[in-house]
Amino acid sequence: MVEKWSYSESIESSEIVNLEKKYGHFINGSFVSPKSKKYFDTISPSTEELLSKVSFGGKEDVDSAVASAKEGFKTWTKVKPVDRSKYLFKIARLIQERSREFAVLESMDGGKPIRESRDVDIPQVSANFFYFAGWADKLELSWSNSKFKPYGVAGQIIPWNFPLLMLAWKVAPALATGNVVVLKPAETTPLTALMFAQICAEAGLPDGVFNLVTGNGETGSYIVNHKDVDKIAFTGSTVVGKQIQASLAGTGKGLTLELGGKAANIVYEDASIDQAVEGVVNGIFFNQGHVCCAGSRLLIQESIQDQFIEKLERRMQQLRVGNPLDKNTDIGAINSKQQLEKITELVESGVNDGGSIYQTECDFPGNGFWFKPTLFTNVQPAYRIAREEIFGPVLTTITFRTPEEAIEIANNTEYGLSAGIWSEKGSKILWTADRLDAGVIWSNTFNKFDPSSPFGGYKESGFGREGGRHGLLSYLKEDK
Amino acid sequence: MVHDTQTSEKIMLSWSDTTELMNLSSVDETGLKERVASLATRSIKKDSKLQALNMIVSMCDLTTLEGQDTDGKIAQMAAKAISPDPNDSSVPSVAAVCVYPGLVKTAKEAVSKSNVLVASVSSYFPSGQAPLELKIHDTKYAINNGADEIDIVINRKAFLEGDYKKVFDEIYAIKEVCGDVHLKTILEVGELGSYDNVRRASLIAMSAGSDFIKTSTGKISEGASREACCVMAKAVLDYRKVTGSIVGIKVAGGIRDAKDAIRYLVLIKEEIGEDWLDLKYFRFGASSLLNDVLRQIKKLKTGAYQDSYYFPRG
Repeated sequence: MVEKWSYSESIESSEIVNLEKKYGHFINGSFVSPKSKKYFDTISPSTEELLSKVSFGGKEDVDSAVASAKEGFKTWTKVKPVDRSKYLFKIARLIQERSREFAVLESMDGGKPIRESRDVDIPQVSANFFYFAGWADKLELSWSNSKFKPYGVAGQIIPWNFPLLMLAWKVAPALATGNVVVLKPAETTPLTALMFAQICAEAGLPDGVFNLVTGNGETGSYIVNHKDVDKIAFTGSTVVGKQIQASLAGTGKGLTLELGGKAANIVYEDASIDQAVEGVVNGIFFNQGHVCCAGSRLLIQESIQDQFIEKLERRMQQLRVGNPLDKNTDIGAINSKQQLEKITELVESGVNDGGSIYQTECDFPGNGFWFKPTLFTNVQPAYRIAREEIFGPVLTTITFRTPEEAIEIANNTEYGLSAGIWSEKGSKILWTADRLDAGVIWSNTFNKFDPSSPFGGYKESGFGREGGRHGLLSYLKEDK
Repeated sequence: MVHDTQTSEKIMLSWSDTTELMNLSSVDETGLKERVASLATRSIKKDSKLQALNMIVSMCDLTTLEGQDTDGKIAQMAAKAISPDPNDSSVPSVAAVCVYPGLVKTAKEAVSKSNVLVASVSSYFPSGQAPLELKIHDTKYAINNGADEIDIVINRKAFLEGDYKKVFDEIYAIKEVCGDVHLKTILEVGELGSYDNVRRASLIAMSAGSDFIKTSTGKISEGASREACCVMAKAVLDYRKVTGSIVGIKVAGGIRDAKDAIRYLVLIKEEIGEDWLDLKYFRFGASSLLNDVLRQIKKLKTGAYQDSYYFPRG
């Protein structure tokens, strides 16, 4: 496609990032070599180049991290709440100061466009630390009839889609409420968490309060099953979430799960069409669709279907797919080869089931993992692409005739994480929101986050809330 | 919809078709602003920036609309319009000069040896507070003196009173007088009060035969905005879908620097497409904008900012 006026490359320099050749675990306030003696590669999904090697967390590594945390808890308990606040403020400030470095590294390791890591991820990370810093010394007065205390050692396992932001969602409230942490970042995106560990050391956080073990699912299972871990917080797939819940049954450990989603984004015929198109695009193509609350099912009223789909396809064609470090890139690389294979397989099933596929025209860089922005129409609710979480830049369209039918389709899923409503009629928005089984409902917008707003799911999307006052309760238990 | 009137290959809509189009959709202000803000983060560098700057020069309607305008002032501006940077022949001429009707003749003579067009405001610009027959007379006068393009204002009195039909009829009548002369219709978005109204006024102006819709007169404090331009652009796209005709957009009033102007080009490219990246379909009303663009071009080529006294007065 020849453009009359094309944008020249505008690459954010990666020179600001200084990576080590290999990284140890962060235990008891310093980086230590793995007892497992094993390292694994972390690569850039947009170039497939090796970025660094990180330690594999075996059972002994997890044991020493948990032991360090147990000691750390003794120290942390003696720190006054107002001083816990100060550490969190300090961390927030240090993240802000190094925000460009964090943003570039997040895009290198995870593949997401720099405009998102720069404008969304990293600002939200520091905002979460600032927000929860304010809570640390106000907990005692916040619930009138109950007294609460921290669990102790919180084991936290986070996903690869928003690596540092999911760390912030978990670490900030845990530390604010007086818990200590053993964190495991995702296998494919450990680097910003390792940089965060450096920040903790720089902030003077007492040894053992924040511990980090890198590794894979096996490492995660050592954390989940460790007898001295008092609370597990997991964000990831529903399959793994179920396994975790099964292994914790009867142990008395605390658990919060934030799992998959298949959100309905309902567009009524009286919506502002152009802005609804924009919101639907943002809902599914933000972060390559690697978003648990993505608006992956477009529910469109039949009366405006043709007009809407035409505008949507036109808009999709404007999405710029390519180098995550180019400031004009809208869609970066798919996070891993494995995820690319999963997306490809599900899209093939959609075509085989009888869905009509539209993909934008775009050129991919030579190496790396890429997928074209994809739209399915003529999809029936029974198709796999209408039921399973694709976790990629793939939007599935289902039509409806009446608001009642829209509700029925929207709730016809095992998930219940988020939903969107597009209408200019206030009463219809309220009527719809009342009937949707979803933890977060946006109207005339999508994918809006704020540290003060609780986030979490119903049904197989999990339980427990992160963010806001509700989010504190995920890290507190009643003090009887 | 039925296309019931044609003037020089141009399809115009009946009033009932226009009202149907107006009812199609509304504008959500929050979403609009968010989209416009997101497009403003596009990073336009190197070759793409130089190309954009030259494009902006070629799309300028170099304008003076003052009580103190004289033949001498018009002659100075025309010379600048033809050759914006006499030291750099790769910089194109501007699209047009824009003046009051009484100065059209002078302007026409001053640009006669170039491709620069002469646009005249009319219809009792900037208020439009006059009977239709006077607006028609004003327009005829400008055309008889050689104006290539006519910039009129919509009847805001009628619009804000809800008499959309009257707004439509007046534009329609003036377009009949214009014939092949290009008609640019100014909505004066700063007086319309909402983006829904900007959309409504855009559709009325297009249906009544305007070749361009234009944001502002430049005579009130609130001039063009990228939000208003975005709403107009979306209306232009919807109008093409129904009629097949491309209506142009002119942004004017308060666009003072190159950076802002480039953001308009980004918005047009991504929101409605490159068909509009052409002086036939997109214009900037400019007075102080032009010199900033020239300075930026020089900066890209030499690496140094030059003071404004290096560029001729216009």
